[in-house]
Parts: sequence; C-alpha cells; structure tokens
Amino acid sequence: MARTAKKPAKKPDKQPAAAKDERWLHFYRQMLKIRLFEEEVNQLYLGAKMPGLAHLYIGQEAVAVGVCEALRQEDYITSTHRGHGHCLAKGASLDKMFAELLGKAAGYCRGKGGSMHIADQDTGNLGANAIVGGSAGIATGAAMSIKMRGTDQVAVCFFGDGALGQGLLYETMNMASLWKLPVLYVCENNQYNEYTHFSETTAGEVTSRATAFGIQTESVDGQDVRTVHVTAQRLADRARRGDGPAFLECLTYRFQGHHVGDIDRSYYRSKKEEEEWKTQRDPVTLLADWLEKNKLADGKLFRRIENEVATEIKDAVNFALNAPYPQAEEVDQDVFA
Amino acid sequence: MTLTAKESGTTREITFGQAINEALAEEMRRDPTVFIIGEDVAEAGTPFKVLSGLVKEFGTQRVIDSPISEAGIAGIGVGAAMTGMRPVVDIMFGDFLTLTMDQLVNQAAKIHYMSGGKLKVPLVLRTTLGASRRSAAQHSQSLHAWLSHIPGLKVVVPSTPYDAKGLLKSAIRDDNPVVFFEDKMMYQLKGPVPAAEYTIPLGVADVKRAGSDITFVATSSMVHVALAAAESLGGSGINAEVIDVRTTAPLDKQTIIASVKKTSRAIVIDEGYERYGVTAEIASVIADGAFYYLDAPVKRMGAMDVPVPFSPVLEDQTVPTAEAVAEMAKELCGRL
Repeated sequence: MARTAKKPAKKPDKQPAAAKDERWLHFYRQMLKIRLFEEEVNQLYLGAKMPGLAHLYIGQEAVAVGVCEALRQEDYITSTHRGHGHCLAKGASLDKMFAELLGKAAGYCRGKGGSMHIADQDTGNLGANAIVGGSAGIATGAAMSIKMRGTDQVAVCFFGDGALGQGLLYETMNMASLWKLPVLYVCENNQYNEYTHFSETTAGEVTSRATAFGIQTESVDGQDVRTVHVTAQRLADRARRGDGPAFLECLTYRFQGHHVGDIDRSYYRSKKEEEEWKTQRDPVTLLADWLEKNKLADGKLFRRIENEVATEIKDAVNFALNAPYPQAEEVDQDVFA
Repeated sequence: MTLTAKESGTTREITFGQAINEALAEEMRRDPTVFIIGEDVAEAGTPFKVLSGLVKEFGTQRVIDSPISEAGIAGIGVGAAMTGMRPVVDIMFGDFLTLTMDQLVNQAAKIHYMSGGKLKVPLVLRTTLGASRRSAAQHSQSLHAWLSHIPGLKVVVPSTPYDAKGLLKSAIRDDNPVVFFEDKMMYQLKGPVPAAEYTIPLGVADVKRAGSDITFVATSSMVHVALAAAESLGGSGINAEVIDVRTTAPLDKQTIIASVKKTSRAIVIDEGYERYGVTAEIASVIADGAFYYLDAPVKRMGAMDVPVPFSPVLEDQTVPTAEAVAEMAKELCGRL
C-alpha cells in the first residue's frame, strides 16, 4: 500500500533550527508502525482471532508520536480506550501488545487487561483507561509525585474530546495549576464523542476551559506531527522547568469507527467527510509529502521502511498468535499486591 | 507483630483521634513518601481536629489542603501512589465517598490486577462513618459495605484507639489501596495505647470479650454496643463473646466461625444499612462455616433502611442499641 501523498493539504509549519530533519524519518516510522499495527488489529477482529473489541487509533497517529517523542522514557503517560498508539509511541513492544490484545500470558498485563488497559511501567505508561477521563487523576497525581520527589519528569494525560464532559478533568486541572504540577493535558479532539459530534456536547471553546484555570493553552493541527511535536516539546520543557501544567488541544480525526465493529457510520457522519480526511488530512501522508519535498526521503526509502515495519508487525502478530493463554489458576492472582 | 497493651511496657490512655494522629506522625517520620491530602487537613487539622499539629511538624508540602474536590484528590492519590508515594487521602465524611467511587472502584482497586501485577497503588483513604451526631442524611452514613464489595480494596473498621493506631500504620505500609473508616463519634473515646511502636496486621479479627453462650460479631462503633450488651446480660446468665472483625476486607472468617462453633448462636451488628450489608455477608459466612453447630438462626442488626433522619427522636431509632442487642440475645438463648 502506498503511503506517499498525492496532494498536500496545508503548508508545512516553519521548524525551529534545533529540530534535526532526519529525526522526522523516525517519526514517520513510528506513525507507520501504529498505522500498520492498527490495520492488523482490525484483521484480527475480522478474522475472529481477537476476543472482544478494539478502538483503532488510525488517523490520530501524529498526536501520540508528536507528543511522546517529546518525552523521555522515565516520563509518564496515561492513555485512553483508544490507546494502542500512545503505548507504541511511548515505546511498547509490538509482540507484547499483540499478545495482550489476544489475551495471552505473554501480553503486557498477562492477558488480564486487554486492549483498553495496557500498562507498561518500563516505558512510563501508567495505563490505558476505559473510563473516559478517568486517568486525569492518575496523571495529575503522577505529576504531584514528580514534584514531591523532586525529579524533572513530566506526566502526560491523553484524553479525547469526550472527556471534556467529565468533572474530574476540571478538578485536577485546577489543582495542577494551583500547585504548578508538571503535567500536560493533551486533548485529542477527534471530533466524536463515540457516535456524537463534539459540537453537540461541548459548550464554548475547548481551550477556554483550561485557560479558565490559568493553564498555558495551545491548539494545534493534530494531523501535522511536526507542529504537534514542536509544541509538545515546548510545553514539556516548560513543565520540566517547573513552570506548571499545559493544555494542548490537537485537532484530529478518527478515520475508522468508534470501535472495530462500528461499520455503519452514516447516521452520525458522512462518507464524504471521512474521505476528505483520509485523502487530504492523513498524518502519515502529510509527513511523507514533507519528507519527499525536502529531499529527506524518496519512494524507495518509504518502501523500505514500510517493508521493515510490516515484517516487524508480522513477526509480532505471529508470536502472539502462537503464544499460550494464561493458566486458569492465574484468575485470582494479583488481586492484591 | 501484634502486641497487646499489657505486653508493651509503657502504655498511656489516649483518644481514638490521638491514636490516628500518632499513627500518621510516626509513619510520616519513618517514610518520607507518606503525605496527607484533603480538605482542611493542614492548619485546621480537619473539622474533627484529628490531624492537629501535623502540619507544624511536616509542613504544608506534606500536609496538603486541597480544594473541595473529592474525586480529584482521590485520583491524585491514586496517581501519586502508582509513582512512588504513599498518599493518605482524607475524605471528611463517609457520605462523600460517592464522589470518589470511580477513582476507588474502577481505578485504585483494579490497577494492580489489570496490569498483570506490575503496577501498585499503596493508597490509604481515610474517612468516617457513623450516625447519631444529628447531622442528617448526607453526613451520617456508614458506607463501608460498598467498598468491601470490591475486589482489590482492603477495608478497615477499627473500634479502639489501640486498634486504630496499629491498623492505620499497617494500612500505610500496605502496597494495596486501603479504605480506613473512623467512627466520628469515637474520636474522643479513650483507651490504652503502648508508647512503643506496634502494628496490627490487616485481616485478623480480635476477641474483645470471651464468652460461651452467644457470639456478637461487630464492627467499629457497634463493637461498643456489643460489649455493652454483653455486660448487661450478666444478670441473665448469658455469657456473650464479642468478636471485633477489625477489617471487613479481608475478613477473618476463621475467628468468626471458631467462635460460633463454640457458642452456637450469633448476632452480627454493624452500622451500615442492613439491606445487602456487612451483616448479611458475615451471617452467610457463619451459616456456611458453622451451620451444624447453630442452635438458633443467625440474626443481623444494621442501620435501619431509611435515610438517616435529623430529629433525635427519629435518628436514635435507626442505629442498633445495646438494649436491642441484649433483647435479641435473650430471645436467641431462650431467656425471654
């Protein structure tokens, strides 16, 4: 499948001199990895090989990669039900991810968490969360812990536009601002609260909800990984310096349904709208265009990267498919530490 | 290690509130990761004054006054606990637990399990229970049964200063989320507490009074009701044993069953609502573990299944009393 773009939709943003151009190739690979991972997840679902459902991140890759590339391994993230992208962007390995999705013992959570609960303390991932907005407390608490322990880590709370309806977010943003906690609230506005357009659920301006607490606020094109990254880097550096929390709205789009089974979407959004985003605002394509235009990559290189990533995915999914399930007696283990 | 007051050498009489305060101060001294967060916990020392003086010793960085945001501080507690701290979250009234439920039930309780045993949540959430303070329906409930229902949470319901101190120290050192219920009517209750350090393990019941004719299994405030009932029965020739479960989760079934096998009769007394309550769970444990030893049906006495009313004439009817327990005991023992 060709990932190179036909038509760039927007002028590339200007880059700071510090950003090394070749680094964007790594971003491309990371976004592609998420894209191909999610496409494989969909295949596993369609092939009835995966228990339960999954919420695909396709279309939003620039947010996870742009933000997580601004973080260090010891920095924390909290993720959402649509969390595979965040986990991978923060450094999760493909094989343990697939194994968890298939309910296998080799998975990140020994098969006890599944798609919506992947956690990996080695990469600072405090867990995906199936309660919308439910991790605002965890991320803010992690930031509180950072401040109390006196380290220069930061915590990132990923959440969608749906979480803007949850009170916990506002309680914790208030405290984060009061106490200047090193936390980034990253609102991935993919425009849909499940099956409802966010404009039907969200009064006023999204960003003004954060500015009301005196929080530094930015809103960026979430399809442009370079802009997301540069902004996230600035906000993360700021938090690291002790200058307090920030709120970053990334305008993006969920290319697929709410979950893998959400096929007929015509009652809440048009095919035309989806096609426009897929053909003109695909974050992977947009970066490929830019790389090509700036002579940092060509078709040959893109094909090589795609082959490499596809092989990684294939190996990982085969590992997971062949991995054993947990032993039945594990069911009541790890209820308590 | 559990020490009885007698074994410990020097003991003082201190209040339940002072015992809580001492436990927190000692744990904060020994472990710099322990901190307190809650509404009016610092200079005010809570409306019950239980935390008085702690901010003076530990400063506002470790005794943190929060906004009135119960869900938020519970969530912050969970996140801090997951990342190297041992927070003690103060929820002033047990009724406000409703506001923290997602953080306790869906987050704190499940994170260790959902992560395949990798992440830990060493969080203590202290709150209160108990009626008869003329505070009406939103400041008087005893909601410990709700949390005892949830796998992954430990629930402590101490009845004496000695137990409160030893159990709270264990709760703070525990690597799991622990919800610690203090009867707000008991803060001034005095009892012997060793000056030397001690802890009491979670999940071990205590025989508060040995007896042979009937077992009263009780929690928190109701331990004192049970003890008063037991004393009042002396004249009737009924010798009641009083078991204080001390923690509803984990529940020390063994001690309860052993007692009922000995006495053959049981009344379970708890200040939570009777319907679907702690008393129901414990009665079922007795029925299951001591059925062939029973000489009478297991009886339950909980709070009346009404919102706690304000007027004293009404409120006082809603909580089990020593008189009611004694009457029930006489009936079960055939002494009426």
